[in-house]
Amino acid sequence: MKSKTIRRWSFIHTWTSLICTVFLLMLALTGLPLVFHHEIDHLLGNEPELKQMPADTPQLNLEQLVAKAQAHRPGEAMQYLAWDEEDKNGVIAIMAATAGTEPNSSHTFMLDARTGETVEMPSANGGLTLFLLRLHVDMFAGLPGKLLLAFMGLLFVLAIVSGTVLYLPFMRRLKFATVRQDKSTRLRWLDLHNLIGVVTLTWALVVGVTGVISACADLIIAAWRQDALSAMIEPYKNAPPLTQRAPATELLSIAAQAAPGMEPDFIAFPGTRFSSEHHYAVFMKGSTHLTSHLLTPVLIDARTLAVTAIAERPWYMDAMGMSQPLHFGDYGGMPMKILWAALDVLTIIVLVSGIYLWIVRRKAGKA
Amino acid sequence: MKPRQSSFWKVFGIPLGIGLLSAAGLFAALLGDGGWDALSWVGLGVPAGIGAWALFQRRG
Repeated sequence: MKSKTIRRWSFIHTWTSLICTVFLLMLALTGLPLVFHHEIDHLLGNEPELKQMPADTPQLNLEQLVAKAQAHRPGEAMQYLAWDEEDKNGVIAIMAATAGTEPNSSHTFMLDARTGETVEMPSANGGLTLFLLRLHVDMFAGLPGKLLLAFMGLLFVLAIVSGTVLYLPFMRRLKFATVRQDKSTRLRWLDLHNLIGVVTLTWALVVGVTGVISACADLIIAAWRQDALSAMIEPYKNAPPLTQRAPATELLSIAAQAAPGMEPDFIAFPGTRFSSEHHYAVFMKGSTHLTSHLLTPVLIDARTLAVTAIAERPWYMDAMGMSQPLHFGDYGGMPMKILWAALDVLTIIVLVSGIYLWIVRRKAGKA
Repeated sequence: MKPRQSSFWKVFGIPLGIGLLSAAGLFAALLGDGGWDALSWVGLGVPAGIGAWALFQRRG
């Protein structure tokens, strides 16, 4: 590599890193406890616990559950019903002032599917982990915050790529994993920065790219509404507003018939951003490990309960679905969470040592 | 082989192997539980282990 080329890549590496480092540090520091958010919420007593009842206790039907939820929060609209992954008797309900209310103003709680009893979910509505999550997702700044972080994520990816290019000239005369311990503190940290950076490369790239995709979720959902949803609900353009929705009782069996071999993940009620003004949308997930992250919505007319359409799954919705586990690190048990945290800490060390190396070199340049 | 090419493989050979191992690990756990999870622990354990080892190496 010519020295001019090296200087160019070095310039790219320095500036993409410097601009994104503060944000990346914030993301890495808030992300660390978020890896363990389930465990933390359990410890804080913020996770819902359902009563012990005989295993064969029958469940209420969906409309009975909706009625219980509405009695619990009168005057509010039902937005979503979802199924708890840990307890099959736990049904998560999300309600808000109107069906179209933005997600951060919604209230989330749990219904016991056997009794309709409501159990609060403090961790979903406030508290430490939600505070960290909001910082991590949008810094309490809504869409502009998400897009800013997405841009910082792109700079991070550029910094990783340019760093990898620079790894070659730096390491040409050194064996892999050489850390020069006793020449100078700067050399020791330069070697550590290069070594830790290059071994965590794949993980950091995957978490970075999936983070950028997740940060663009609002835009992705808007594109999906534009592309897939608007064509399907075209016939309803001039329909009078929905006044009385048909009971939700049979939604799951209707959806199961329309999408055989799939399992329900959540139901979007009419008027939310995952459905239309005139439809229930039952989001079905695949039944294998891999396809369980991919969601197919079945649109059901909220007046007649006829299936309007099984929406197509555009590639960008699949990309968003697959990005979630790959960003959260929650798909390989506790050992994976611990490794995720370790790699996160190593990334923090790469970021901080990068700043240190920049400062030292600047000082040397001035002297 | 030109000297430049050989230095590419000399420098990037091991990192590339570790990168592929990490990628396999990240993907494996998406496919199933049990053995697939264990594979992901190995794939991610190698980079995490090397990083930790380098940090805690004592000055010789």
